[in-house]
Amino acid sequence: MSHAPTLNPDYVDETGRPIFHPVEEPHHPEGHSTMLGFWMYLMSDCLIFAILFAVYAVLGGNYAAGPAPKDLFDLPLVAVNTSMLLFSSITYGFAMLAMYRNKVAQTQAWLAVTGLFGLCFLGIELYEFSHMIHLGATPQRSGFLSAFFILVGTHGLHVTFGCIWLVTLMIQVGQKGLIQANKRRLMCLSLFWHFLDVIWIGVFTFVYLFGMLR
Amino acid sequence: MSAEAHNEHAVTHEDHHGDDHDHGTYRSYLIGFGLSVVLTAIPFWLVMAGVLAPQLTGLIITGFAVVQIVVHMIFFLHMNHRSEGGWNMLALIFTLVIVVIAVAGSVWVMYHLNTNMMPVHDMQVMG
Repeated sequence: MSHAPTLNPDYVDETGRPIFHPVEEPHHPEGHSTMLGFWMYLMSDCLIFAILFAVYAVLGGNYAAGPAPKDLFDLPLVAVNTSMLLFSSITYGFAMLAMYRNKVAQTQAWLAVTGLFGLCFLGIELYEFSHMIHLGATPQRSGFLSAFFILVGTHGLHVTFGCIWLVTLMIQVGQKGLIQANKRRLMCLSLFWHFLDVIWIGVFTFVYLFGMLR
Repeated sequence: MSAEAHNEHAVTHEDHHGDDHDHGTYRSYLIGFGLSVVLTAIPFWLVMAGVLAPQLTGLIITGFAVVQIVVHMIFFLHMNHRSEGGWNMLALIFTLVIVVIAVAGSVWVMYHLNTNMMPVHDMQVMG
């Protein structure tokens, strides 16, 4: 009996004897490992983008006598796009601060602003894509354009899903309020949203700015 | 006694669950935002104004991108060595190692492939 207190209490029966096969799982609070798991997902997503960046680095100079970055990219427009994503990052941060103080209306308002900035970003990107395709710079035109559309398009697709997720969470918060589960979901989307902004730093630097330097 | 102590521990653990993260404050978000604006504006200005030689500009804007990624990690993603008991940082470091190997390896191999494949007439002479 004297050795009992040193044992893990989850593995000791009521008389203090050790249990080697606990019938029930030791108790963990719900969702205690969600944030770590979501971080793991983001890291694997990071690998997808790393490979797409590598593809762009390898193929980015193969114009096949077609248009080069200088003929296609409009830096002021890219700067506006970058600021949209940066604004959406800080407004999401404000939404999180409101969430920690359990202010439902304030959280919803900042989430709505974030969603609008996200939609502006997507609108500008789609305009850019349609403008390029109109000029004949389609993904099939050259290795450079294939790599460009797959890299920037994958990022845009992530932002699209981020916006859908954001609207879903706004509805959930509207229905259930800021319960623990909704807070956890908002924290996951926070990581996702800021992660996409980090990827965009790589995109505007290595695709757009370096493209104009070539 | 030990079971009671454990229960107490479990309760406090549950109470603080979700609060062991670094939340950030208005101040920290605004600092991060201000730094990001500066770190974005300078590279755009350097490229659009063309004040420096292209190679030097490339080096500088790469540096700005790296610094801005670190700024985002600290002020927006609230990364530190303590988050999730250090596992976040470990996963990040592992990912960065893989990313560097994949990207640098691809660029290196394909660069040599390109330079070696380019002059077709040399290959004919060798054959």
